[in-house]
Amino acid sequence: MTLNLVLGQALNGLQFGILLFLMAAGLTLVFGIMSFVNLAHGSLYMFGAYFAATVASHSGSFVLAIFLAMVLIFLLGAAIDRAGLSILHRRSHLDQVLATFGLVLFSNELVRVVWGNAPIYMDAPDYLSDAVNIFGLNYPAYRFAIIVAGLLVALGLYLLIERTRIGMLIRAGASNRKMVSALGVNIAWLNRFVFALGAGLAGLAGALVGPILSVEPGMGEPVLILTLVVIVIGGIGSIRGAFFGAIVVGLVDTMGRVFVPIWLRAAFDPAMATAIGPALASMLVYLLMAVILAFKPEGLFPVRARG
Amino acid sequence: MVDSTTASATPTLAERVDRRVWVAGFLMLLFALVPLYAWLADDVYVLTYFGRMLIFALAAVGLNLILGFGAMASLGHAMYFGFGAYTVGILSTWGVANGWLHLSVALAVTVLIAVPVGWIALRTRGMAFIMITLAFAQLFFYVFVSLRSFGGDEGLSLTELSGFGALTGNKYAIYLSLLLTLILVLWFTHRLVKSRFGLVLRASRHNEPRLNALGTASQPYRLVAYVLSAQICAVAGFFMANLTGFVSPSLMSWLISAEFMVMVLLGGMGTVFGPVIGAAGLLLIEDGLKTVTEHWPLILGPLIVLAVIWLRQGLWGLMAPSGSKQASSADQGDH
Amino acid sequence: MGAAPSEVTSNQPMLLTVDSLVKYYGGLCVTDHVNLSVAHGEIHALIGPNGAGKTTLINQITGAVASDAGRIFLSGHEVTTWSMAKRARAGMSRSYQINALVASFSALENVLLAVQAGRGHNFHFFKPVMQEQQMVQEANAFLDRVGFGDDRGQRVAALAYGQQRLVEVAMAMATHPRLLLLDEPMAGLGPTESERMIELLDSLRADYGMLLVEHDMQAVFALANRISVLVYGQVLLCDTPANVRMSELVREAYLGDEDLQ
Repeated sequence: MTLNLVLGQALNGLQFGILLFLMAAGLTLVFGIMSFVNLAHGSLYMFGAYFAATVASHSGSFVLAIFLAMVLIFLLGAAIDRAGLSILHRRSHLDQVLATFGLVLFSNELVRVVWGNAPIYMDAPDYLSDAVNIFGLNYPAYRFAIIVAGLLVALGLYLLIERTRIGMLIRAGASNRKMVSALGVNIAWLNRFVFALGAGLAGLAGALVGPILSVEPGMGEPVLILTLVVIVIGGIGSIRGAFFGAIVVGLVDTMGRVFVPIWLRAAFDPAMATAIGPALASMLVYLLMAVILAFKPEGLFPVRARG
Repeated sequence: MVDSTTASATPTLAERVDRRVWVAGFLMLLFALVPLYAWLADDVYVLTYFGRMLIFALAAVGLNLILGFGAMASLGHAMYFGFGAYTVGILSTWGVANGWLHLSVALAVTVLIAVPVGWIALRTRGMAFIMITLAFAQLFFYVFVSLRSFGGDEGLSLTELSGFGALTGNKYAIYLSLLLTLILVLWFTHRLVKSRFGLVLRASRHNEPRLNALGTASQPYRLVAYVLSAQICAVAGFFMANLTGFVSPSLMSWLISAEFMVMVLLGGMGTVFGPVIGAAGLLLIEDGLKTVTEHWPLILGPLIVLAVIWLRQGLWGLMAPSGSKQASSADQGDH
Repeated sequence: MGAAPSEVTSNQPMLLTVDSLVKYYGGLCVTDHVNLSVAHGEIHALIGPNGAGKTTLINQITGAVASDAGRIFLSGHEVTTWSMAKRARAGMSRSYQINALVASFSALENVLLAVQAGRGHNFHFFKPVMQEQQMVQEANAFLDRVGFGDDRGQRVAALAYGQQRLVEVAMAMATHPRLLLLDEPMAGLGPTESERMIELLDSLRADYGMLLVEHDMQAVFALANRISVLVYGQVLLCDTPANVRMSELVREAYLGDEDLQ
């Protein structure tokens, strides 16, 4: 168990956490402002990956692919909201879950129809296919780029929420929806913007992940569920919670999968370790969630909502 | 002066009970006739086909206990379905064949897991509850995926089913005992919702502070309801393993949990028989769509969206005579 | 009609004693060292302008909200740290300012919920509640007592507001409490219904101790043995109705708010 291994896995965990944050930020904002849970958030991530892969293979430009995917999914989000998803805002969370579940079924099949069942691939650009040297470790440049890009987006989001007027409206809406609309703000436009923003972030996450994971139907749901864990741990409605929750989940999951089997093999006989190792590693994040919830059911950074 | 013991038996209510009881009875009769057809036409596949419907109906009835009557939206109930199925799979693989033992262990394991999971999840409400139950189900999904000695991700074909002497593996016996179980569980649910426990459970949906102010702490009751509903799903899983001879983690996937929920909604939340209609209905719709196109989710997805938006009372709820203001245990439209 | 302010018996321990209760919401002190007592057989009215903190006080007494300081005693036992359910089982009961009925239940089922709550645990799964003869009779008796005249099998959501209010009070009584905390039982009632409610509460006086939060001054002066005046979280005055009526302090506090006839 070398330092390089630990560092490498920590960076992987960070990278995974950043991606989860991109997903979680949008989801938690949408839930906080509109009290709307969107199970099809994973589908937006999936569409982002597919759009990026398609644009990249047709245009050859990686940057264009990422950028276009993000913009297209942003617009898709706005369009879906406009087309009538907003009818669900007034309904119970259960109704929202079931309706967006219907959308998930539809989306996964749509992707199969258009792109086929087999996974498609996207290559990292040449200028990022090498390695960078971090504290003596040779770490894949692309993954490092994701970390950097993700942190930049996180910074941008922070500035947007804390320093702009629209961000102020978003923060106000998160803690008191009725008040904001009573102040004469066009709540429909604010909602649409927030939803589209969330979608765009999910699309970006999907686009970024193309070169490191296979792009296939149903790729969104496992990530969505982990995103839900992030939000629950971090506190529903809280961006700060989403950030910390995402990093924690990313690190625990990634490092757990690598180190738990190693530790088990050191402590127990190999047969036992191989039997329960992977199972235990998979459970780790959820066990963490359970422990946190047992003490703090509202999450680590709950947003105190009024009204 | 209204006679209190017949307060709920005024003419309009009796009419309503009668009509739907007839329909329910007729449907159960149809289900009961399937083995006869199978025997006459020498077509055992029919038993598997309708048996699957009964299994999902049973699971949906179990989920409805907490979803419809208690407003606890568990998006992770498929995990108990999986426990029931995997108990059969794992015990068989270990050479333990006794059917009653399979069933008892399935129920015991379910209690052991449902109590802590329920306790943690019930500390939250609404959206958080939905997410947490989903997350727990994912946890167990991945656990079973990683159990390579039991098939892992690919599943396990059972060489031996639950041993019930000469009836082991007999599709007719499985089907009939399944039907009987469903009827028993329906009867039990029917009694439960009208009982003192049921009154507390239904009141706890929207009025927890009131319940507390009356002196009844609602958490223990909700937890018990959660565990009971988990056990019903486990029994459904037990039958699933025996009916199909195959278990896999996909039985615990969140897609199945969501399907259970759709079945409850489609049938009519908060009615006793609704989930049976919902389960049969959804499976029939899926099969019907499959004959039309291989891309059937393209149609089913939007249908579900429409059903959620417009079919608030479910199919069973639509059949209720309208305008009745009498209170009944079918608390509908309240979700 | 009018209750002569009777002497509060001093040879029994107080049913309810609130000792120096304090509650802050953020920087705002909503309950400022409140002292209060209610004796068995007494109707103690709690009045005050809107926002004075009356409902918050009731919430703290019942345990719905935790106080920041102070103590609460029920028949001499300290209940400050007890849960709501535990206090209820010890003999405390409340009605809500805004109806907290189970909307999908009938009036009978609502009262049954209260009756069964007072009868041990409810882990009974098989017998329909409606077949529990004794409990149903009791529930009906409570509905009779409050003068409920409508269809007992109908969903309460479909009932007239005044009838719903009666079910509220019946529920509060049906757990056989010793202390009744009534939060604006007259709220939303018309003149005839208010009269009947006043008569009802008067008739209940001897069986319970009551803390009555009210805005309806006619009711307050007709019913109360003592009145506490709550202004900005502080008890300005606790005295007989006659003295309260004459108090300068109270007049000032109420200037423009209520008309003290």
